Amino acid sequence: MAELRTEEMVLNMGPQHPSTHGVLRVELVVDGEVVVDAIPHIGYLHRCFEKHAEVMSYQQIVPYCDRMDYLGSMNNDHAYVLGVEKLLNIQVPERVEYIRVIMAEFQRIASHLVSVGTYGLDIGAFTPFLFCFRDREMILDLFEMTCGARLLYNYMWPGGLSHDLPPGFVEKARAFIKHFRPAIKELNELLSYNEIFVKRTANVGVLPADIAINYGASGPTLRGSGVKWDLRKCEPYSVYDKFNWDIVVGTGEMGTLGDCWDRYMVKVWEMEQSLRIIEQALDTLPEGDVHAAIPKRVRPPVGEVYVRSESPRGELAYYIVSDGSQKPYRVKGRAPSFSNLSLLPEISRGYLIADMIAIIGSVDITLGDVDR
Amino acid sequence: MSSVDTYFKNIGKGFWTVLLGMKVTMRHLFTPAVTIQYPDARMPIPERGRNRLYVNMDDCIGCNQCGMACPVGCITIETAKSLPTEDLGVTSTGQKKRLWVTQFDIDFAKCCYCGLCVPPCPTECIYMTDVFEFSEYDRDKLNYSFITLTPEEAAQKTEQAKAAEKEAAAKKAAAAAAAAQKAAQTQNAAQPNAQPNPPSAPKPAPSVAPTPQPAPAGAEAAPVSSVTADPQGSKTASSPENVQPPRPQEQAAQAPQELKTNDNPKGSAD
Amino acid sequence: MHNFITYYLGAGFWGSLVSSIIPLVFILPFALVAIWLELKISAHMQDRVGPMRTGRWHGWAQPLADVTKLIQKEDIIPAAADKALYILAPALVFVGAYAAYAAIPFSPAYIGSDINLGIFYIVAVSALVVIGILMAGWSSNNKWSLLGAMRTAAQLVSYEIPSSLAILAVVMVAGSLNLNDICAAQSGWFWNWFVFGKFPFLFITFIIYFIASLAETNRSPFDIPEAESELVAGYHTEYSGMRFAFFYLAEYANMFVVAAVAAVLFFGGWNSPFGTFLSGPVWGVFWLISKGMVLVFIQIWLRWTLPRFRVDQLMYLSWKILTPFALVNIFAVGLWVVLRG
Ligand code: SF4
Ligand code: SF4
Repeated sequence: MAELRTEEMVLNMGPQHPSTHGVLRVELVVDGEVVVDAIPHIGYLHRCFEKHAEVMSYQQIVPYCDRMDYLGSMNNDHAYVLGVEKLLNIQVPERVEYIRVIMAEFQRIASHLVSVGTYGLDIGAFTPFLFCFRDREMILDLFEMTCGARLLYNYMWPGGLSHDLPPGFVEKARAFIKHFRPAIKELNELLSYNEIFVKRTANVGVLPADIAINYGASGPTLRGSGVKWDLRKCEPYSVYDKFNWDIVVGTGEMGTLGDCWDRYMVKVWEMEQSLRIIEQALDTLPEGDVHAAIPKRVRPPVGEVYVRSESPRGELAYYIVSDGSQKPYRVKGRAPSFSNLSLLPEISRGYLIADMIAIIGSVDITLGDVDR
Repeated sequence: MSSVDTYFKNIGKGFWTVLLGMKVTMRHLFTPAVTIQYPDARMPIPERGRNRLYVNMDDCIGCNQCGMACPVGCITIETAKSLPTEDLGVTSTGQKKRLWVTQFDIDFAKCCYCGLCVPPCPTECIYMTDVFEFSEYDRDKLNYSFITLTPEEAAQKTEQAKAAEKEAAAKKAAAAAAAAQKAAQTQNAAQPNAQPNPPSAPKPAPSVAPTPQPAPAGAEAAPVSSVTADPQGSKTASSPENVQPPRPQEQAAQAPQELKTNDNPKGSAD
Repeated sequence: MHNFITYYLGAGFWGSLVSSIIPLVFILPFALVAIWLELKISAHMQDRVGPMRTGRWHGWAQPLADVTKLIQKEDIIPAAADKALYILAPALVFVGAYAAYAAIPFSPAYIGSDINLGIFYIVAVSALVVIGILMAGWSSNNKWSLLGAMRTAAQLVSYEIPSSLAILAVVMVAGSLNLNDICAAQSGWFWNWFVFGKFPFLFITFIIYFIASLAETNRSPFDIPEAESELVAGYHTEYSGMRFAFFYLAEYANMFVVAAVAAVLFFGGWNSPFGTFLSGPVWGVFWLISKGMVLVFIQIWLRWTLPRFRVDQLMYLSWKILTPFALVNIFAVGLWVVLRG
């Protein structure tokens, strides 16, 4: 008997779709509800970061870095200023680096909260999303009292910080940690271990470790596949080598190693690890002047530098070329979301449209980061 | 057998986790809400809140440091030199004001609230307030003008500065011409220090016009120094209006009203 | 005296008209109240407060404002839509939900139509909704709508089986398809309710019925047809204004139908839980509605707790879990009825 031939349909998912996490457009070729192919189309949020950077002074680029991955602004700034400092060859006070790490880790939690919450939303659970945002607000409050902004901070400057920690910050941060540990447990009860959620995400979008490495995936997407790779530990920058914490990797405990549930859960566990880092950093916070090393004029010698760091989404790197003037000759951002998104066709073939949502959500992209 | 086992186990687990989730939501049904009723209740804005900028024009010396630090170029400043006979007073930090600020616009539609314009200001007169509700239907209305001069005054000041400049330029041209003549006469290669740009000496007028600040300082030095003596006395007289506390945060509370009543209509007139 | 209206007005035109309008008079306020409840309950479960402004007291007038807004909105019919079907679909969906009210015994003295096939009629009429949804999905000429409609059809058809089987178990115990008779069979104290009867079989039956009814009303975790994060809005993606309001209304009307049926079948319908205390025709209305509301609350509660199933998991649940359990239940209940009466 000849095999029944069905006609394929091309379905346009996005750029205005509730769960493409921004303005991503995915061209789906579907056979009934089964995805035959998924082709991401990007560029809807392209803001010419690299071109802008050519006509800005080094300090003025920081607000633009904020906007690359708008959910991980602090991490973006952190990588960039580390690069500029390396170019300038200056040593910042230890307190500055400690505060930067605290901020970067808080930002990582905030970013993961958005990711985890919206992931719940993608799967159809609305309530965890708002719980996550409630906790994220507390972090944003901390940021706001420190630097005055809630989303795009411009807090880390080449050579220092815009402000020192405000009085009461440490207490508030500790209060948050105290509140947040049970909140994670509650999130797990409500969402992570919920049988429906597990059934929706386990064994879906399985990403084997070798494919992940071949595609240059990084961050939770890579660690979800069981690869123990975290730049904070494998190539420590800033003061990350002073803290005691673990790299969490996917375990495949609910299904196959590298499925959506693993990628999701790595983020939840990473939040706990970030809490550990923050606690230690708060305990050992050195004294010092955060403005001490800020140069009057940022004018690095001719040269180039490549810095990489671990943003909430993976390996975020900047390649900065200086021609000796006040403006960089070139700033190139290596965005983690971009590489991670390239995995999409690979891991979505053969799943259902509903799984597509789960897969896009689990890869956790920010379109600002993809398009820059 | 084991598949039957997992079948029942899965059903059991399904029910149990659903009940767990229901317990969580039920608990939250009775926990107080964390949200607030926004226009009625407000979150306190921390001291460092970065919202709308305010410029205290009494202290602004028109140095354009803020405009140069801005990454998006949303600050437009134009200045006109004051005449030697005019007294602009001093800023609260004790700096002498020499320039009439004839235009000081900040386009808040472009501003990204990065705060980079705040630290470079030598007199701490540009700062961020806690006003964040200033939406408009018309984008042009977001272009705020902060100058204290009326448009006529500003035009007049510009004119007068131009005239003064021309005069100075003419004087200078005459002097330069004289100097050039002298130089030609003596056949001496050494140039006077006041002339930074020797090749331009034969046609002096254009080289002077675009660089207004440094050259004429010497000529003005005498009248200026005589004026600076006054403000010590006049400062006390005009202090209720002129002297502003320099600390930005204390000002934040009263700044909004000032802005709404005074500058907004001006901004729309632009 | 099963219907006091036809009793007084006669079973002629006027009597029928009035008694058919009464459910409508109930549905509209009920839908508003249910929407408001949903807004408020979901809000408080999520540490929010929900609408607080419209109508001053806890935003009670919010649904009213929403409906007014929907009525005022422009009625958009996509250019490429199949016009006739597109217009007909929301009406059909609503009729399906509305017609079911005819056989719901609100009180011993009021049931729209006291037919002896009551529960059978409700099951049959509810199935009409599928046609409406399919029509909506097809006529919108939108891929997302079509996918949503196809999912709905599959879902509703497959969940009718466990829910009918569950109903059958009760019918066996009560010995009647007439909902008034089923209510009457549970009179007295609350331990006479069928939920507690033939323990635990009828209780399991109730769970099965309740889950299946969630699926039939497209409520979470079975809101796959309109899964907003996957299908944008499913079959009503293209609808706006009043036509959208009809779908919305039908959903809430349906919610109450299944809740009322569950209350009648398992919780004694219009019977007072405390014997003769507060019983009677007027209190009957109160009891039925409040029992229904409790079940509606549980529906809302579940919706704001659970994630959504996937299409194939939904089918798995229906065919491999609920249906076999329902069959076993019927067998056990039947055996019980035969052996012990
Ligand atoms: S806050 Fe930033 S964008 Fe706004 S005027 Fe100041 S420097 Fe420019
Ligand atoms: S930096 Fe300060 S003094 Fe200079 S122009 Fe700007 S506001 Fe005026």
